[in-house]
Amino acid sequence: MVRMTGSQILLECLQREGVSTIFGYPGGVVLPLYDTWPQFPAIQHVLVRHEQGAAHMADGYARASGEVGVCLATSGPGATNLVTGIATSFLDSTPMVAITGNVARTLLGKDGFQEADITGITQPITKHNYLVMRAENIAMAVREAFHIAKTGRPGPVHIDIPKDVFQEEAEFEWPEEINLRGYRPTTKGHAGMIRRAAEAINRAERPIIISGHGIVWGDASNELLELSEKAQIPVITTFLGIGGFPETHDLSYGFLGMHGMYHANMAADEADVVIGIGMRFDDRAMGRFNDFNPDATIVHIDIDPAEIGKNLPTAIPVVGDVKRVLPELTDRIERRDRSSWLKWIDKVEEEHPSLEIRETRRLIPQQIVRTLYEETNGTATMVTGVGQHQMWAGQHYFYDSPRKLVSSGGLGTMGFELPAAIGAQMGMPDSEIWAICGDAGFQMTMQELAVCVDERLPVKIAIMNNGYLGMVRQWQELFYDENFVSVAVTQPDFCKLAEAYGIRALRVETKAEVLPAIQEARNYDGPILIDFHVDQDENVWPMVPAGAALSETIEMPEKELVR
Amino acid sequence: MTISNGTRPSHHTVVAIVEDKPGVLQRVAGLFRRRGFNIESLAVGPTEFEGLSRMTIIVDGASAPVEQVEKQLYKLIDVVKVSDLTHEDAITRELALLKVRCNNVNRHELLDIANVFRADVVDMATNSLMLQVVGDEDKINGLIKMCEPYGIRELSRTGTIAMTRGQKTTTVHESEPEAIARVHQSQGRRVEADLPFSSD
Repeated sequence: MVRMTGSQILLECLQREGVSTIFGYPGGVVLPLYDTWPQFPAIQHVLVRHEQGAAHMADGYARASGEVGVCLATSGPGATNLVTGIATSFLDSTPMVAITGNVARTLLGKDGFQEADITGITQPITKHNYLVMRAENIAMAVREAFHIAKTGRPGPVHIDIPKDVFQEEAEFEWPEEINLRGYRPTTKGHAGMIRRAAEAINRAERPIIISGHGIVWGDASNELLELSEKAQIPVITTFLGIGGFPETHDLSYGFLGMHGMYHANMAADEADVVIGIGMRFDDRAMGRFNDFNPDATIVHIDIDPAEIGKNLPTAIPVVGDVKRVLPELTDRIERRDRSSWLKWIDKVEEEHPSLEIRETRRLIPQQIVRTLYEETNGTATMVTGVGQHQMWAGQHYFYDSPRKLVSSGGLGTMGFELPAAIGAQMGMPDSEIWAICGDAGFQMTMQELAVCVDERLPVKIAIMNNGYLGMVRQWQELFYDENFVSVAVTQPDFCKLAEAYGIRALRVETKAEVLPAIQEARNYDGPILIDFHVDQDENVWPMVPAGAALSETIEMPEKELVR
Repeated sequence: MTISNGTRPSHHTVVAIVEDKPGVLQRVAGLFRRRGFNIESLAVGPTEFEGLSRMTIIVDGASAPVEQVEKQLYKLIDVVKVSDLTHEDAITRELALLKVRCNNVNRHELLDIANVFRADVVDMATNSLMLQVVGDEDKINGLIKMCEPYGIRELSRTGTIAMTRGQKTTTVHESEPEAIARVHQSQGRRVEADLPFSSD
């Protein structure tokens, strides 16, 4: 055993957990930690420009690489600035460890300078959190935090450490074993339930698989592919499930939900057996719960038992790790020809195409996304913000492997794109990372441009600039009688802004300029921003209005067809 | 109307064995608030094992399916075990202290009432007395109702606690310690389940 300070113990433990990058921002109470940092050169500290950026970067890092992302902030405002990023991670179940300093133990609860009850604040938006009151407890807290963050249904874990605990000395011993008697995720599926699920699927005439983020985090794409191919079951995904099943596969029918494909929504509504795998039957995906395909038998496979029956009555629940459950299910499933069912969906798709991009005079964002897809052959990673551009990035780029679409689906956090893209690039240095930004969301976190410069990251930033809060404008147009209130956004000249940071920038205003700009960005080894000036009035279709059923999906109205 | 263990039909008795750590009460209370589950009563105390606390939570089942309550509780890392005792053969108890007005004329009536409810007189003054009663919700409500005409000056009730009858337990470590089992065996004693249980 060695005597070490709390700071040394923390960094030593992070190093042993395999952490190579921490996104952080220093401040008063974490100074002892920063003071110790030079002793641990293997851990890179990325200096962000706002703590929210640190949390999104850690999240983007995790989503792109599959490893736990780590962010760090000081007490009070530093810690509270992390909150949006932690909640984003929580709603999408991504593994993150957020570390904050707090005021010294003697000042805790005394409303000292920069004190916030941050564990009280993060308690409902973390999988678990710790307030570590003794240096000797740091090692176990870190060990447990990483274990909890990445096992079972992943999620963010927060560790809060008072300033004097960083300075306190303690014997350091690496805890080889973790014993969390209240945390034992079920990984093996119940054999009887798997058998019942198999029977239901074997009997089904029109089964459909709805696969989610759990396939990505459970690393079960191959297992899903085997199940789907063996029984010829069409696969649709949730928005976060995109890429969990290859989108160019014959059995892939896109994603469902509010802006999902028309045929995907109709297929989900027509199926006789719905097999939800690693997903949570969320309202944006399922439409009005009461009218979601009332005749279907619902099979639900998920690692989180609390998701079973939460939103929809489930006939056959299987709680377990999809990577273990799916092969057992596939073993019990009969090979079957389901061509008439597949043809039914194909016909709907043919009659109601959702992904056709029409010829327009003005530049529309769908064309940009599609050009990106064609130019990159689907190999790039798209990191999006939230709103119209997010939906188009989901629709018109085709993802054949997991972790290629990085997006805030659950919390819907605008401003996620740039910091998450930075994190993704740090986690996957050899990948081509595109930040697909809205012009409004970009302005929420654009200070992180400086990090692209600091770290010389070749992130490609594409702003879909329509001068509007596009999705809000769309809702005001469609559901609030075109009463447009506070949706037009004034902007800086994004190109000049980028250049002010020393970042190369291109402005694109016509369709002809799209391809050359994308090519130039791809050939450029460094951060580059493209300001795409797109049509202001474009809406995202198809659409299931809020509170409507999937069967009530609306397609693009004729008046919008030509523009 | 009551069901077997003396709680209201929409009320569910949930027992959670939790780590005795700072903040665990907030985690549980926060979970109930966030998910919109109504807590009718909550009682927390130590268990037979050091480091574990026992929470007995009476949930209004009309506010949420109890299955969801249980599953969400299980998601808390500090929650080790959750049991729904609603439909179990269980003893539920709360304790109440009542300070009731009285005078020389009607004190005897009150003492009679206390006697019927097997309430103890734990304090007496010239114009009031304090009763302590233990029982299920209905019994305590009954005593309160009987005391109301005299004037209840002060009332304090604990949350309900509950325990299953017979050999079944809701605790974490099920098995009888070996040493004790050996003693029982060597003396030819029967295990607890075979003993007749006394009803209260």
